[in-house]
Amino acid sequence: MSYQLENTQQGEKYNTIFSRTTPAQRRKRNARTRLRSRLLLGVYLLLMILPIYWLLNMSLQTNSEILGSMTMWPENLTFDNYIGIFTDSSWYMGYVNSIAYVLMNMLITICVALPAAYAFSRYSFIGDKHLFFWLLTNLMAPPAVFLLPYFQLYYSVGLFDTHIAVALAHCLFNIPLAIWILEGFMSSVPKEIDETAYIDGYSFPRFFVKIFIPMIRSGIGVTLFFLFMFSWVELLLARTLTATEAQPIGMIMTRTSTASGIDWGTLAAAGVLTILPGILVVYFVRNHIAKGFALGRT
Amino acid sequence: MNKVYNNRAWLLVLPMLVLVAFSAVVPLMTVVNYSVQDVLGANARFFTGTEWFETMLNDPALQAAFVRQISFSLIILAIQIPLGIGIALIMPKQGWQASAVLILITLPLLIPWNVVGSIWQIFTRGDIGLMGWGLRQLGIEYNITRNPGDAWVTIILMDVWHWTPLVAMLCYSGLRSIPEAYYQAARIDRASKWAVFRYIQLPKLTNVLVIAVLLRFMHSFMIYAEPFVLTGGGPGSSTTFLSQSLTTMAVGQQDLGPSAAFSIIYFLVILLVSWVFYTAIMNMQKDKHSQGGA
Repeated sequence: MSYQLENTQQGEKYNTIFSRTTPAQRRKRNARTRLRSRLLLGVYLLLMILPIYWLLNMSLQTNSEILGSMTMWPENLTFDNYIGIFTDSSWYMGYVNSIAYVLMNMLITICVALPAAYAFSRYSFIGDKHLFFWLLTNLMAPPAVFLLPYFQLYYSVGLFDTHIAVALAHCLFNIPLAIWILEGFMSSVPKEIDETAYIDGYSFPRFFVKIFIPMIRSGIGVTLFFLFMFSWVELLLARTLTATEAQPIGMIMTRTSTASGIDWGTLAAAGVLTILPGILVVYFVRNHIAKGFALGRT
Repeated sequence: MNKVYNNRAWLLVLPMLVLVAFSAVVPLMTVVNYSVQDVLGANARFFTGTEWFETMLNDPALQAAFVRQISFSLIILAIQIPLGIGIALIMPKQGWQASAVLILITLPLLIPWNVVGSIWQIFTRGDIGLMGWGLRQLGIEYNITRNPGDAWVTIILMDVWHWTPLVAMLCYSGLRSIPEAYYQAARIDRASKWAVFRYIQLPKLTNVLVIAVLLRFMHSFMIYAEPFVLTGGGPGSSTTFLSQSLTTMAVGQQDLGPSAAFSIIYFLVILLVSWVFYTAIMNMQKDKHSQGGA
């Protein structure tokens, strides 16, 4: 006990050699800056959450209460809006459709983006720089530009109103983004690792799957989050390429506004439900995001 | 990193190339095709040359929308990038708090864009929305359907709310990748907080900041669904951005030729500005690397 005490005292003395402030002062100052940053973050989160709270609040009210007066929380709590969505197949199929094409898109994108990103990070070949910039330009193409040609293209190949059509269309911006992010991660993995693996007798496919992919796991996690996010929220293309069979939930929600007014309660409930799949995805990749671009300490 | 010269790498790029070409080149060719033709019917088309381009470039309504669009994108970048970096700096670094903050902060990103518009439409209504009601209680005259200034403030506020999390998230993961040794070295040198930020954190963030700035610029330049749902481009045409003018022209009025020409001008502008951003930032990085430090 006494030995330990002595040791810490010595340690503190040692620290003071390098600093004019005493350890006690420093601890106090650190605690104060910590508190201040926590407060700032708290204020930001509070402001950020307000619109979402309002959505949740409305989803639990009846339409007459929403339009009647200003209430901070539901006075007559009702789940009718949610029940309405879950019992009507034309409503809940919207979620199924959205999830279906988002998953297809994630799978296609990651399968073609991984080898391509590897090529960009490891090799130089004829036209590589031009190809890379051309990829980025696809990210810049405003979807509004492509609406009509897309409709015609997919209609003529018979893919109109299918999930795969939307999944392919979203590749336009998702593949370049995935390659861009993955390339950064892959370039931070030292090339010696590839060479050692070849010397050890690994073939390229086996090396790629067994050694390389686990090394950039966090990069793949972050990429998947972005792929999910951009495909899930994009509606302009999804709307143009679907009619009834594969309609995304965002479009079905526009049904709430009719000649007699907007069904705010159902709209709000549907809005709350669109956030849920995303929360699940963030939950699964959260540790990868926190590790983020940290390579070499997976 | 020294790259090996090997043209067989094309094989790895090929599947991607086929897919992107299918979803990008074919439609783009169609757009170019339309932009130089007058389409009257299924089989009646006339070659018009650059006529549509001239009409579009001289249209005062489009010029106004263009100026509006540029100012919007610049304001957005000026607010969101510093704010995002700031939030990333004060986010907790580990434990359940980090997970919780991360999940909370990404919420706005996960809402479909037209729903974002609906949420803010309700939120800002004077009678039933929290923000509109709150402002009225404070005695502030606030009406986004009548007052262009209010509409602008609301759209910027909505975009900041919607997209700052993306910047914050990218910066946060960038900050997490800085090795602890850098901070220890800074402590031994008794570096101030500002010095640590300026000489360690900011340079290490350049990579993710390139992604953040470019993504934010491109997306804000293509903004469509949110202002469309929130204000419908009004009052008047004070919040009509380029995408909306284009969609009205292409889908609403079926003016294929002019809207295709407009698309191409629009695309080239984004391309040019992004290219300038991209090369400027890349050159900055290259200079740093050639000096031997990062």
